[in-house]
Amino acid sequence: MNTYTIDLALRPTTFDLWHVCLAGTVAVLALLLIVVLISVLLGMRRCKRHVPAAPVAPAIAPQPEIKVVEKIVEVEKIVHAPAPEPVILKEATPDAALQLLSLLQKEARFIDFIKEDVGAYSDADIGAAARVVHQGCSKAINEHFTLAPVSQDREGSRVSLNKGFDAASYRLTGNIVGEAPFNGTLVHKGWQVTDLRLPKLTEGHNAKIIAAAEVEL
Amino acid sequence: MSTEARYSVGIDLGTTHCVISYVDLQHSGDEVALMVLAIPQLTAPGTIEEKPQLPSFTYLPHAAEIVEGATALPWAAKPEYLVGEIARNLGSKTPIRLVASAKSWLCHAGVDCKQAILPVDAPEEIERISPFSASMAYLQHLRDAWNHRFPEHRLEQQDVTLTVPASFDPAARELTVEAARAVGLHQAVLLEEPQAALYSWIENSEGDWRNHVHVGDVILVIDVGGGTTDLSLIAVTEQDGNLQLTRVAVGDHILLGGDNMDLALAYTVKAKMEQESGKRLESWQLQALTHACREAKEKLFNQPELGSMPIVVAGRGSSLIGGTLRTELSRDELNRVLVDGFLPQVAVSERPVVKPRGGLRAAGLPYVQDAGITRHLAAFLAKQKQATHELGHAAPAENASFLHPTAVLFNGGVLKAAGLAERLMGILNGWLQAEQAPEARLLSGADLDLAVARGAAYYGFVRKGKGVRIKGGTAASYYVGVESAMPAVPGLPPEIEALCIAPFGMEEGSEQALPNDEFGLIIGEPVRFRFFASKIRREDQVGTRLETWDGEELEELDEIEITLPEEGKHPGEIVPVHLSAAVTEVGTLELKAVSNRDDKRWKIEFDVRAGDN
Repeated sequence: MNTYTIDLALRPTTFDLWHVCLAGTVAVLALLLIVVLISVLLGMRRCKRHVPAAPVAPAIAPQPEIKVVEKIVEVEKIVHAPAPEPVILKEATPDAALQLLSLLQKEARFIDFIKEDVGAYSDADIGAAARVVHQGCSKAINEHFTLAPVSQDREGSRVSLNKGFDAASYRLTGNIVGEAPFNGTLVHKGWQVTDLRLPKLTEGHNAKIIAAAEVEL
Repeated sequence: MSTEARYSVGIDLGTTHCVISYVDLQHSGDEVALMVLAIPQLTAPGTIEEKPQLPSFTYLPHAAEIVEGATALPWAAKPEYLVGEIARNLGSKTPIRLVASAKSWLCHAGVDCKQAILPVDAPEEIERISPFSASMAYLQHLRDAWNHRFPEHRLEQQDVTLTVPASFDPAARELTVEAARAVGLHQAVLLEEPQAALYSWIENSEGDWRNHVHVGDVILVIDVGGGTTDLSLIAVTEQDGNLQLTRVAVGDHILLGGDNMDLALAYTVKAKMEQESGKRLESWQLQALTHACREAKEKLFNQPELGSMPIVVAGRGSSLIGGTLRTELSRDELNRVLVDGFLPQVAVSERPVVKPRGGLRAAGLPYVQDAGITRHLAAFLAKQKQATHELGHAAPAENASFLHPTAVLFNGGVLKAAGLAERLMGILNGWLQAEQAPEARLLSGADLDLAVARGAAYYGFVRKGKGVRIKGGTAASYYVGVESAMPAVPGLPPEIEALCIAPFGMEEGSEQALPNDEFGLIIGEPVRFRFFASKIRREDQVGTRLETWDGEELEELDEIEITLPEEGKHPGEIVPVHLSAAVTEVGTLELKAVSNRDDKRWKIEFDVRAGDN
């Protein structure tokens, strides 16, 4: 029967492959240990840096807990859905819109008309006022816009739209199936502005005053 | 920047609107490309728009009325005067601060046009301006608008033609040129508006005009503008086989135009509205009513099937529906007020009604009392019966009581209305038929609104020798009044003789000296002469003395004044001088006193202070 005794005083006299493997394993394990230690240390440092930022948020917002929840949600969103193509919406400049209102009010008393309660008046009275509005609007619009129909065809006539037609200029409705060319009836000829002549404004002009209050002395 | 003019620019300095038109002189090719400048102007405080017309109005705002910086123009942060659309808009509600019709004041005898007199109805505290400064303000705006658009080709360096009514007297022409010089347009020349209209027609026909007129034709140009009616006669003659045009006569300054028509309609409708609604219309509502009437008028004239047009005037408060007044303008009313009122069916023997004016009319323009344009036309044609006599035209028939025009050219927005144009032609042809003369034909194809500015721009082209030029010269002969050598009779003013100093039809750039008559002028003391013009005495030569004349033949203009400067001479010394008249290249009449001793010359000013004598 073999008995295994460990003789600690025993020293290898020969340095064979077994010993090389053993020494290599020890070295690799030691290296791993060091890497793990370093990464743990670095990770802890990063955490420490984040810690001072956290108390600022509660200082601003009176409800710190809600804030924290919100933050988590945001992070999750970013992680789960990769950023979609950003849609750039054109911001309409308010000045141009205000200008148009001002022109319609000046020439056609447009705002006065819209803001008035028509229920209190007879159709004849409203009709008389509508003439003021119609004449004025037509003057204001004709002076500042050049309008042209989109389609030169007569309304009610048959039209054919070939492949690659401009879907912004022509809207298909009803039984939209199959492939172009699409044949249908022109219901509305459409309108387009071919020229635009809006007044220029001086620096510092308050366009929000559509009509100044009038005080006669 | 080159000093050579690139553009020929025509400026129609109208009574109610100004227009700039221009031609590129470097443009090759036969057809002339005429453009109209879009004039940036304030339309309301803080709002600038480009419009083809600049309304000839000036508004003098109160210091608190407009926000600082709201009157900025693209070329000036704070222009001196508010002109254009904004002036008309603000002035419609505050007429005491509005200057209008400055141009008509320039030709108003009896006022000093350089004195701050406008607006006439302004209260004391409003700082008034002179008709001259108002005209200058319009020219300045036009100049700045041009220079803003063409910084490379400044207006000061272009060929500029300014139009004036044919009826403008020498003083008014001089003032117009002076205003142009004051804004740096030293090169500007003058052109009479009816001539400009004919130039525009010639340009528009693209060379075909020769087929429309013939030797022996007399073209009557009827220009009914916003504020004035201007009449001219242009004869077609032949020289070396080429057709030639000569302006042979111009009419009087008639302050009667489209604005009067719209106003007449507005008053008619106002009376009707007040009767129907029981409410009194306020003065500002008349403005809105005038606009509404103008639109209704145009619709009724252009659409014969319409029987009437509704007219509405909105109230001033924000309640639109409750405050709107409504009535109708019927075709009958339109015909009664406009067609019968302004173009009455009259015989050619009728004359405008003139009532004696009561006392001095210092404030206000001398608007004509008779609105019948046809009566003014009849008077003009009768007065000019002999106008073509010297040109070798066929002599008028024995029984002719007026000059028989063979062709008519219309100008001015009023005559766009087919109803009015037909009526006018109908009446004229009626007169011709009554004297067994052939009917006059209408020269068509003119752009009635912009013709004057376009014709003026084309004139710059013509001045370069590139087309037919209308021969004109002075439209009148001029006289100074000299006391006749007769023993004074106590109680009677001394008899006066008229001494001709400039004959009819003096061409631009020519001069006439007065050979024999000498005047002794006192150094340092102003000497005044009475000054006369005649639009019908064509045969008088320089030096002709008229002892008597018909009241109609000669009309008295503002006095002229000579002051000899001291210049090294003793005050009180008497210098013998001749008077000499010249027509400048610009188109103004220039009177000079020439010393008999040393040929020294002094310019004689057209007196502008006749009002205080």
